Amino acid sequence: MSQNLGLARLSSLLAFSLAAAVTPVQAQQAAAPAAAPVKLGIVSFLTGPAASPFGIPGRNGAEIVIEALNSGKAPAPYNQVGFGGSKIEAKYVDEAGSAANVVTEFRNLVQRDQVDAVVGYVSSGSCLAVTPVAEELKALTVLYDCGTPRIFEEKARSNVFRVSPHATMDNVAAARYLLAKKKNLTSYSGINQNYAWGQDSWRDFVGAMKVLAPKVTADKVLFPKLFAGEYGAEVSTLLTSKSQALHSSFYDGDLEAFIYQEQARGLDKRMTMILTTGEAAIWRLRDKMPDGTIIGGRGASGPLARDTPINKWFQKIYTDRYNTPPTYPAYQMAQSLLGLKVAYEKAKKAGAKPTSDEIAAAFKGIEFDGPAGHIKMALGDGHQGIAETAYGIYRFNKKTKEPEVVDIVRYPAECVNPPPGIDADKWIAGGMKGAKCN
Amino acid sequence: MLTALSILTDGLAYAAYLFIIAIGLTLIFGVMKILNVAHGSFYAFGAYGAATAVGIYFNGHDWNAAGGFLFMVIAGMAIGLVLGLVLERGILRWVYGKDEVIVVLVTYAVFLILEDLVVLIWGAQSYPAYQPLVAAGSIDLGDLVLSNYDIVLVVLAALLAVGSSWALRFTRYGRLLTTVIFDREIAAAFGINVTVVYTVTFLIGAMLGALSGAVMAPKISVTLGIGVEVIVLAFAVVAIGGMGSIEGALVGALIVGICRAAAVHLVPQIELFVIYGVMAAVLIVRPYGLFVRAQPRKI
Repeated sequence: MSQNLGLARLSSLLAFSLAAAVTPVQAQQAAAPAAAPVKLGIVSFLTGPAASPFGIPGRNGAEIVIEALNSGKAPAPYNQVGFGGSKIEAKYVDEAGSAANVVTEFRNLVQRDQVDAVVGYVSSGSCLAVTPVAEELKALTVLYDCGTPRIFEEKARSNVFRVSPHATMDNVAAARYLLAKKKNLTSYSGINQNYAWGQDSWRDFVGAMKVLAPKVTADKVLFPKLFAGEYGAEVSTLLTSKSQALHSSFYDGDLEAFIYQEQARGLDKRMTMILTTGEAAIWRLRDKMPDGTIIGGRGASGPLARDTPINKWFQKIYTDRYNTPPTYPAYQMAQSLLGLKVAYEKAKKAGAKPTSDEIAAAFKGIEFDGPAGHIKMALGDGHQGIAETAYGIYRFNKKTKEPEVVDIVRYPAECVNPPPGIDADKWIAGGMKGAKCN
Repeated sequence: MLTALSILTDGLAYAAYLFIIAIGLTLIFGVMKILNVAHGSFYAFGAYGAATAVGIYFNGHDWNAAGGFLFMVIAGMAIGLVLGLVLERGILRWVYGKDEVIVVLVTYAVFLILEDLVVLIWGAQSYPAYQPLVAAGSIDLGDLVLSNYDIVLVVLAALLAVGSSWALRFTRYGRLLTTVIFDREIAAAFGINVTVVYTVTFLIGAMLGALSGAVMAPKISVTLGIGVEVIVLAFAVVAIGGMGSIEGALVGALIVGICRAAAVHLVPQIELFVIYGVMAAVLIVRPYGLFVRAQPRKI
């Protein structure tokens, strides 16, 4: 009996194995030929100091959006599977390393892996290094997080795009918000990292303040080394200042270390901090972020975003997967992918895969809705996006034990971005003419 | 007056931070003639270990903050001990006697491997450990507010300076160490077990490196790459004072600390330059650092 049962099991197993081996072939024969996948290189910091605040949220944003697009579960008008019916295959690459290394990895993606497009880059240095190579190789590239306005101001680009607005918007809006909320402001100070990001942020902020409130003066101007970690002397210097506000574009470990160290000495009780990238830190700092801090998120991201269906969808799928709400790098990555999808599907003709040139031509000047709002590819001859932005005041809700941003003010894209054809610094220095704020 | 007081207090606090980092590095170089790039990893592992300990101690408990500080320090140093033992016994002992450049490259390779090990163990996210800093409170000196935690760090640095000086002069192991520092071959000829001295010294250096990370953890965000920054600073301090000199590390830390604080308060534009400017100026006048004399080459 038991032998019969054993033979029966063996024959069942054999039959099942044969069926399993045969079924895929039959299925392949029956199914329509699948569209060739769209290969994307996704580049972000996966290691190093910028991984935690920017690189990993950006990568996670890519992963979750690509999954949703491939399953056709994204909300309309993004509910067509993948890009134009072709599934997306992503290759994730670490941005860490020297500029030379970043360029080598970019070439590998384009020439060895034959990707259809590269979406990536957090560091302005990486973006500046990769852009000329992308142009040389005619490789479609969407920069997702870097903020330098120079990419499209220095030279016209053919194959490079950036959906996310550049950093000028952050600092012009910061100046407008600060002056609206602090009517009696007479003096402000700044602490920014000593490299392009910090220098440009301060330049734009001071420029905007000079235009909007010429009598308000800048007092202490500090540029500590990037990733310095120890800010005792800077906190002392600021404690001796009579400024009522402090501007900072600090991020990640530098921002958190500065907050811990200044709080231990009560600096935030003496001056209001205005943090242009503060939104990315609120879920980690929580009750350590001082109440009353003015928070920006490089656009209307996270708690600054409007309550639109696409934002609710993105917040939900991201939070469900990663157990933390998305911060602005995740938004920027999501919007970069959605922008590329819109361009790809616009360029696609029936059945055929569009070429890079066709996608680039379709990308120029498009408008679309993302989780952080409506994006217009309005600057840099249609290669650089603009969008509305928002600032608000942070507070930690002791009842819900969750961060909140209140008193949110929104600024239209045309209010805080230069008009097409003029460089950001010249626009600010010239009095921000043509700004449409109503 | 307020600015002068600020420069003094900030300078001392920064010097304490630098000295705590540099003392382990200079000790290992003094005894073993190894320029240990992996010292940055000891700092990072100490900081991560401390952040983990702080998380365990403070989350959901209303325990004494001083106990948390002690737990954090012990956890950090314990990690340094284990890491030091593994590195010294597992890797470095195989390259003793090799060219110094080779040894530096080996420690650099170890540093890179350990950076990835940090990602494997703790992931890419940052860790807070601010509770001891907040619990320490502050004192007001008019417009200036000082963190008590910084005062604790200054006291700790002073204790390390005095303790190491005393241990080198008045303990048996300190004298053995001094002999090995003076001349390894003569020390061996006198019957000193140089291998054991090497191992013990490396372990002490590793624990000091991890201690520096542990005590700095409450002031920083413990995140990837923190070891890179400190190793550069530690090298600058040790180069000013003289490679292998603990007194030199102390004086180097004080010089850099005061100069940097003065720059931040008076000419913030040169803050970045001042540390390396001071180092270059010292090395022009004293190529071997302030506390090390030029030595004849052995043939």
